[in-house]
Amino acid sequence: MNKKKVYPQWFLLAPLALYVVFFLFPSLLGLFYSFTDWSKNTPKAGLHFIGLDNYAEIFTSSNNYAFGIANTLKFTVVSNIVKIVPALFLAIILFEGLRGMGAYRTIFYMPSIIPFVIIGILFTSVLNFKNGMLNNALEAIGLGTLKQKWLSDLNVVWKSIYMVDAWRGIGYVMTIFMTGLSTIDKTYYEAAKVDGANFWQRLWHVTLPMMRGAIMINLVFGITYGLKVFDIVYVLTNGGPGHATEVMTTYSFQLYGAGKYGLSTAFNSILLLITAIAGIVIVRVMSRKGEV
Amino acid sequence: MRTPKELRIPRQRKPITLQGILKQLLCLFLSLLVLAPLYLVVVNSFKTKNDSARMNLSLPKEWLFSNYADVFEKANLMTGFLNSMIYALVSTTIGVLLCSMAAYVLSRKRTKLNNFVYYFFVCGLFFPVNYITLVRVFQWINLTNTRTGIILVFTSAMIPFCVFTIYSFVETIPRELDEAAVIDGASPTRLFFQVVLPLLKPTIFTCFVLQFMGVWNDFLTPLYLSSKSKLFPMTMSVYQFFGRESSHWNYVFADIVMTIIPVIAVYAIGQKYIIGGVTAGAVKG
Repeated sequence: MNKKKVYPQWFLLAPLALYVVFFLFPSLLGLFYSFTDWSKNTPKAGLHFIGLDNYAEIFTSSNNYAFGIANTLKFTVVSNIVKIVPALFLAIILFEGLRGMGAYRTIFYMPSIIPFVIIGILFTSVLNFKNGMLNNALEAIGLGTLKQKWLSDLNVVWKSIYMVDAWRGIGYVMTIFMTGLSTIDKTYYEAAKVDGANFWQRLWHVTLPMMRGAIMINLVFGITYGLKVFDIVYVLTNGGPGHATEVMTTYSFQLYGAGKYGLSTAFNSILLLITAIAGIVIVRVMSRKGEV
Repeated sequence: MRTPKELRIPRQRKPITLQGILKQLLCLFLSLLVLAPLYLVVVNSFKTKNDSARMNLSLPKEWLFSNYADVFEKANLMTGFLNSMIYALVSTTIGVLLCSMAAYVLSRKRTKLNNFVYYFFVCGLFFPVNYITLVRVFQWINLTNTRTGIILVFTSAMIPFCVFTIYSFVETIPRELDEAAVIDGASPTRLFFQVVLPLLKPTIFTCFVLQFMGVWNDFLTPLYLSSKSKLFPMTMSVYQFFGRESSHWNYVFADIVMTIIPVIAVYAIGQKYIIGGVTAGAVKG
């Protein structure tokens, strides 16, 4: 069979064109613009190359932009830990054949289909200090001392973001783990039980190694989600109080709004670099273990 | 087809144990945590302005169904709904179709060039979209403030995920089918559209449902790319409405209910494809 004729190469043309024009080209163009003073006023003033000035400003300015980069990285690490670990145990609990498993799975997954904007508005209400459901509930069960200004107290606000993010995302991560669990041959567990392995030994020696694929997928989705995070921060705190919860994308959006396009796009280019590094590392690890 | 079946777990009647009861209690408690905020929204959407401001879980003293009619007018929901529908339906249909074609050729004909193209697509899973320069590109090719432009961006953004997902599924379809069809005299396009494409249905549904919801929920793209309110999708209108009417929690909640009904509907219809199909091929490793 002549492969050249049977599988038409032109099938690739349209997706390639779209992908290049609307996805890749803007990123490369952004790299170019990040070395210029491109701004709202450029048509009058003309475009100038300013070398690394934008990058210098990000890392040294008194606006503390670099803090946003640190926050993005912190969010990526913490938000994944607080979702992946509970999701794994939840998946195992459900998978061992709990009655009502199907219903629980549907319920736990549900928050991840709700638009971020709505989650933001919803939790502005739930986390409201005076009337919010969370503080009311804490008071009702006699834990009134735990009441917090969830979205305006500097010491609590990140925890609130992680909490809402976990509320939204755990079911999704759990579902991928359950798909992974369903591919493990039951006889491994029987053999492990015969050998007298306890729950933790079974988890460590059977479940986790057999779920490499599912763990990888969750890490890939989780890490890329974390690095590119915008919505949940924007709708819950918009970077506040002050600039405490600012991340790279919120800074980039603000600078765009302020007409400082060059600086904004420099932020985006740093993010591009970080995601590229993360991508290379992940793909390396995956191909070494024989995945993908 | 294969995944939902595999996910079905043989039901075993187990003796009731303390451990079992504790697990049940934990899951019930977690379900409550998930459902309580959603219940809060629904129940408060029927209350008066002052009652809803207390944001508690009690039933309304009187059920104000009129809140919904009021909000429907005030929030301009119809425009938002139609826009979201157009964006999600058109971009997802085009995107999934184009990606099936591409993934099929990439998976079947693994030349050096095609392997490169595959990784070229997949690296987009990691990269962020640069909206600032995208706005610039829009100006150059006259797509600023057009539905076409927004749709094309959504379509492009889903390419990495869809190619990645469909590619691993194409591998499970035996090549002998292609050969048989070619011997029977099918042209290359007919081979794909009439023989292979129908077999890709499960993965296509998965991609369609996930991407449809993704576009419906997207907030960042319209935030950058549309400055005219007649182009706003529902997520934008609900956000604007919240800005204007933040003291009318009953209205805000009614608006939220109406905005999530479409995604809940898609979820209900497509659930088995999402739950079985989230990159099932890749999970297997």
